[in-house]
Amino acid sequence: MIRRLLARPTGCFAVVVLTLLVVLAAVSLVWTPQDPFRADPFQQWAAPSPAHWFGTDAAGRDIASYLLAGTRTTVLVAVGSGIVASVVGIVLTAIGSLTTRWVREGTAVLLDILVAFPTLLTAMLLTAVFGGSLGVVVVSVGLSFGVTIARVARGEIRRIARSDYVVAARASGVGPLGVLTRHLVPNAAPLFTVQLSLAMATAVLAEAGLSYLGYGAGSDTASWGNLLADLQTYIGVHPWSATWPGAAIALVVAALSLLGDAVRDATDPRLTTGDRAATGSPTATGTPASDDPPPGEPTDDDPATGAPGADRRAPDGTTTTPGVTA
Amino acid sequence: MTRFLVGRLLLLVVGLLVASIIVFATLRVLPGDVAQIVAGTQSTPAQVEQLRQQLGLDRPVVVQYLDWIGGVLRGDLGRSLVTNGAVGPEIAQKLAVTLPLAGMSLVAALVLGVPLGVLAAVLRRRAGGAVIGFVAQAVAAVPVVWAGMLLIALFAVTLHWLPTQGFPLDGWEEPGRAFSSLVLPALTIGAVEGAVILRFTRSATLTVLDADHVRTAAAIGLTRTRALLRHGLPSVALTVLAVLGVQIAGLLVGAVVVEQLFSLPGVGRMLVTDVGRRDVTKVQSELLVLTSLVLVVGFAVDVVHRALDPRQREVGE
Repeated sequence: MIRRLLARPTGCFAVVVLTLLVVLAAVSLVWTPQDPFRADPFQQWAAPSPAHWFGTDAAGRDIASYLLAGTRTTVLVAVGSGIVASVVGIVLTAIGSLTTRWVREGTAVLLDILVAFPTLLTAMLLTAVFGGSLGVVVVSVGLSFGVTIARVARGEIRRIARSDYVVAARASGVGPLGVLTRHLVPNAAPLFTVQLSLAMATAVLAEAGLSYLGYGAGSDTASWGNLLADLQTYIGVHPWSATWPGAAIALVVAALSLLGDAVRDATDPRLTTGDRAATGSPTATGTPASDDPPPGEPTDDDPATGAPGADRRAPDGTTTTPGVTA
Repeated sequence: MTRFLVGRLLLLVVGLLVASIIVFATLRVLPGDVAQIVAGTQSTPAQVEQLRQQLGLDRPVVVQYLDWIGGVLRGDLGRSLVTNGAVGPEIAQKLAVTLPLAGMSLVAALVLGVPLGVLAAVLRRRAGGAVIGFVAQAVAAVPVVWAGMLLIALFAVTLHWLPTQGFPLDGWEEPGRAFSSLVLPALTIGAVEGAVILRFTRSATLTVLDADHVRTAAAIGLTRTRALLRHGLPSVALTVLAVLGVQIAGLLVGAVVVEQLFSLPGVGRMLVTDVGRRDVTKVQSELLVLTSLVLVVGFAVDVVHRALDPRQREVGE
């Protein structure tokens, strides 16, 4: 699977950028070119030079060192949100599929409702209660995507459970556990990975947005969002200085969302042959009839076609999430 | 259709109810007493107790909730804990900035996203299509704050075409000035959301390009462009409409950050300020208004989509 991932230019780009991010975060633990917080009043707004690769900011801090130190925050927020989203998603999926009928139906309706709540508003609500912190960013993105994962997984699990190969497996005597481990988990895994990488991309954007609003990382923490917020104050004088943190955030976010696309392309057996762009929707050739609406219709419960559904995944893997615009 | 409408309306009502309960319940677990926060650190316990009774915070939580939601249903959104000003009129005044901003952003997103998305699909095997796709991917990854800063740097600081920040103090008295101060903010949100719409449009158009009816239309003598325009675009439009519900929610929420960046007196900026002040009664009403807008827009989009899409009609309709 890794080889198939790397065979695609987008997958290769994503893996390289994210590996670099993690390596830089590890390096920043032991070394940065200069102290990221040391303000040098004689070096304000220095142009890029061998001493200051990306120049300095209004306080005379070395932007390159600060960016490097900020990678830790970015990795922390992304990974943390991913973990929270996974836990919430798996618990909600379990409740939504293993309990009694009434609980299942109730969970389904609740998920339909919760999925519409924008991430940023959840974050503002939690900030009003607990004050702004990276923890609030992680929890609000994690909760939002946990709900989305459970919402998307519901349709996918129903689809897989009704598919011919599961029916065949059952008929030939495979038990529920066997179906779960041999068929359900491997088939639902790509979808899960896609949502997870989107959750992480959203987390990086949300950190930037909330830090900008003053509710993200504290001022004693080096974060890309904080740097962007600091530089914004001087937009009239040094409009282009924000390029560094802005581009760094955009690069990581793009890598994370491309990783999702690439993982899905590399693992979806329906896509292993042929030009996906030419066939259009990945499921154009083989969408199994979903729940109640007419066959072939994009429906809420069919995450693969995904046009109007709550998961809002376009056939090319774009997912929009309410409030990602943080 | 009637059955769908009733079911969807029910989901909307339950959604609004759940939203109000979540917002209220979360704000009531506030660490630290609301009365204590309002009274300040210099207050005596007796003063805090008096304030608690005055604000009705000594009553059971359920009674407080019903009191709040009853007021909301009568159009009374409560009073600020900090300034004691009525919340409802203030939100209404701020919506006069936020709603036009969201509307203009939507127009910008559609104008940018839809034609370019169709173009990217038509040019799928040429360099142009790849370039558009690449740019859309990049723009969708840009944090809104930075996008706004770049636009300010280009159009306000360098070219001096538009105001950098702010909104006329007299509101819409001079429509021209008010409008021009919303252009850059709307372009900021519109560019980021437009990139997402572009990608949806592109994939919807790709599917349609290979659809049998479009191929047939081309086969019986229409040019490929006319076949696409006449027979393909209606279904692309429906796909775009379907994702619009979430996109409009994104526009409204994007306004929170953009209003701050451009110093616009909108609901988003009001929310950010009140969260900072821990003005609980204002925050709960602001969040309720914003989530209600999101839920109602989602409802409206779903209903319109259902009404327009012939494939979703029930038999005999």
